[in-house]
Amino acid sequence: MTQTPEQSVRKVSVQCTLNGQPTEFLAAPYLSLLEVLRETLGLTGTKEGCNDGNCGACTVNVDGRIVDSCLMLGAEAEGKTIETIEGVAPAGGLHPLQQAFLEEAALQCGICTPGFLVSAKALLEREPDADEPRIRLWLAGNLCRCTGYDKIIRAVEKARDEMK
Amino acid sequence: MTTTEKPQEFKVVGTRPIRHDGIDKVLGRAVYGSDVRLAGMIYGAVLRSPYAHAKITKIDTSKAEAMPGVFAVMSGKDMPLVASGALDLGETVDDTAFTSDRVMAHDKVVFKGHPVAAVAAIDQNTGLEALKLIEVEYEVLKPVISLEDAMAPGAVVIHEGLIGDDLGEKVNNTNIAVHNRSEFGDPEAAFAKSATVLERTFIISRAHQGYIEPHASTAFWAPDGKITVWTTTQAPFGVRKTVSALLEQPLSDIKVIPTEIGGGFGGKIPVYLEPVAAVLSKKAGRPVKITMDRRAVFEASGPGPGGTIKVKMGVDDKGKITAATADIRYGAGAYPGASINPATAGIFACYEVPNVRIDSYDVVINMSKTAAYRAPGTPQATFASETLVGELCEIIGMSPMDFHLLNVSREGTRRPDGPVFPRIGNEACLEAIQGSEHFKSTLEPSTESKLRGRGMASGYWNGIGNKSSVTINVNEDGLVSLIEGNPDIGGTRTTIAMQAAEILGLPAEDVHPAVGDTDSIGYSDLTAGSRTTYATGTAAIEAAKMVIDEMKKRVAMIWETEYGNIEHVDGLFVSKVAPDHKFTFKEAAGKLGQTGGPVAMTGTVNVRGSGGGSFGTHLVDVEVDRDTGKVEILRYTAAQDAGKAVHPSYVEGQFQGGAVQGIGWALNEEYYTSDDGVMVNSTFLDYRMPTSLDVPMIETIIVEVANTNHPFGVRGIGETSIVPPAPAVANALANAIGVRLYQTPMNPGRILEALATKKTGK
Ligand code: FES
Ligand code: FES
Repeated sequence: MTQTPEQSVRKVSVQCTLNGQPTEFLAAPYLSLLEVLRETLGLTGTKEGCNDGNCGACTVNVDGRIVDSCLMLGAEAEGKTIETIEGVAPAGGLHPLQQAFLEEAALQCGICTPGFLVSAKALLEREPDADEPRIRLWLAGNLCRCTGYDKIIRAVEKARDEMK
Repeated sequence: MTTTEKPQEFKVVGTRPIRHDGIDKVLGRAVYGSDVRLAGMIYGAVLRSPYAHAKITKIDTSKAEAMPGVFAVMSGKDMPLVASGALDLGETVDDTAFTSDRVMAHDKVVFKGHPVAAVAAIDQNTGLEALKLIEVEYEVLKPVISLEDAMAPGAVVIHEGLIGDDLGEKVNNTNIAVHNRSEFGDPEAAFAKSATVLERTFIISRAHQGYIEPHASTAFWAPDGKITVWTTTQAPFGVRKTVSALLEQPLSDIKVIPTEIGGGFGGKIPVYLEPVAAVLSKKAGRPVKITMDRRAVFEASGPGPGGTIKVKMGVDDKGKITAATADIRYGAGAYPGASINPATAGIFACYEVPNVRIDSYDVVINMSKTAAYRAPGTPQATFASETLVGELCEIIGMSPMDFHLLNVSREGTRRPDGPVFPRIGNEACLEAIQGSEHFKSTLEPSTESKLRGRGMASGYWNGIGNKSSVTINVNEDGLVSLIEGNPDIGGTRTTIAMQAAEILGLPAEDVHPAVGDTDSIGYSDLTAGSRTTYATGTAAIEAAKMVIDEMKKRVAMIWETEYGNIEHVDGLFVSKVAPDHKFTFKEAAGKLGQTGGPVAMTGTVNVRGSGGGSFGTHLVDVEVDRDTGKVEILRYTAAQDAGKAVHPSYVEGQFQGGAVQGIGWALNEEYYTSDDGVMVNSTFLDYRMPTSLDVPMIETIIVEVANTNHPFGVRGIGETSIVPPAPAVANALANAIGVRLYQTPMNPGRILEALATKKTGK
């Protein structure tokens, strides 16, 4: 029997740190990091909205930078430290951003929420004083069709103030 | 700010608890359409037509079937066309034959992206490779894309079987599915006597709902004939009905499990993938998941219709409206069903119009069938009427606010398409804006390079009531679980639970809501038509009242007294005859075991109408860059009547989200379509929706004019907010640049053109 496309290429073995844990996976070299996270590793908190780098639903943190995981290959994760939405909350609690999103009603359908949380967390880690224009600029790569952004921006401001 | 009329006292309604499903959603644990993973699940992929209009002369799937990793291949022959019939989806009625043909093409493709075949394979990439091995031969036909071409005498006819309805007359060989008319009085005579009459024609772009989650459905067709469907939908019971009709299987053999839903705005009412996944599953003997890619979402799901609207309005020398007429033409897409009736209801709803005629046309063209998009058909129509009013006010030298207040529709006003308004909040919204800080503020004057302007517009959406079921189970610890049948698209688990909590005398947190599947909750119409908090909330109130009633009986049993002696006051069961007898809900719940067993109650309702709908008025300040034509929204205020805001944060969220969607439609969003019917901007890069950088904070004013058709006065509010933005922005732009635009989107190119026209004096 001939092979399926995935069987016909040699899988690569990748070692990385994922949400604080040393992680190893095998992936066909053409799979995106998004596909690896969702399909291979079962981490479906990272969402796919467009698969072409234009919605930010798939945002993950790679070595401190935010990345659209649909635009990065899984194989490129080798040696990297990656955080997804599943790694944002400390054990048994919530990150101040998650708490603020709940309190400020910053989600309606919630599909964009993981991407916004991962992006906003990276911003506040770099710039604990980010103001509204800065937050708006930073989050401009994350589309939300439900909220009109108002409550998302307020939630990030609230978390910023609480993290001080 | 909240303005209140006729205050009812509430403990839970009107507060802002954290939504029950929020924790799963901020943790990334909530399961949306494409997050479904089942044992043995395989992946479907859909082959779509590259042509907008063509005959299918041959489909050969043999090579794909032979490919390793492929479990099943299907095409139209595996899902035969069903007979024509009515498919009642609660808000709209579709035709079963057209729906069957839309979901999988048979002899002909009628839009680019029309499914022609599908495969199920071990993984997504194998499926996509297999699609390349399917050979389809087409005989390409001339596509009919523009309304003019579609309506012209001798036009290429898209559906030979389509019988048009022209004011009740049957018409063959036509693309005009429906021509309706609403009229009363004598508009022509009234125009003749008017001091001023203005007529304009507006062009509205076809625009997509733009939900971030693509469609995704999983199905398992078991050997015993039972079909289970996991899908992201606004209408689980509608999916059940459609799958049953299209696959000709008994309704009750189909169970639809709604997943979390990542936005819909009307676009996740129709069925696209569910029957295809089911047929593939039957062939493969495994569960099959299909996820649409973004390009297919744009090309092949249903956006809101674009079209042409001609409006004419006459006023007397005081500015009082004498007559209005409209001619509304929408491109339905490849099958009939553009939202012309709500357009007719909405176009002049904000006014008292003594003489009126509205013609509307539902026209078939070779693009994907349009679907509901938030206040279906109404933002388009209102862009025309409210922009015309803006210009009329300029001509007669009257402020738009005075014009609105002078002509305002109120209780007793006859809506142009017939119904007479009950109590409504139209005037209250105008007054709320008039009293706002924004309205009283002065706009900074324009400079050489930055032109500033202010505009306002009002809008209306009626909404629906319809059928809902809610079950409440009392647990022995005194908390309750609540099951309802409406997918929660923006916080409705909580707004429904809050209404039950209000009656039960419990805090919102003690009611645990869940969305049930079609086997575990009674029939519930779709999450649409601004009906969920309103109508399903009414069912929750019914169920909660039944629970209290039953618990009173149990309490009476314990206290050995008559049922009639028990009262439920401030969350306590008390005895009229023994004042020291008191039970909290928790105490009473703990004793159910000894008094006859569990208490589980289901409230079912069929709510008639919306109780008058929700009006809104928006005010916007814009700044136009004279060199680039770019528009900046400087300030935005949305006032809308919520009747009674159950959870004010989520009400504000609906106002804000609708306003920003409307701003997107006003300024940027459109389908660029080539002459052969191909959408050339089918990505989020080129179909440009507002980002966080494009909009300011959206100020909100919740107006509360109680709805006489709901126990707490609640109105459905989800849709109205997308109606006023485009004309409000158009009026602000005219105020800023001194020229009017009559077409959406009012993008930089069109604005620069308008500025150039102004300079050269045409
Ligand atoms: S899915 Fe990666 S940016 Fe949209
Ligand atoms: S909450 Fe729905 S897309 Fe952001």
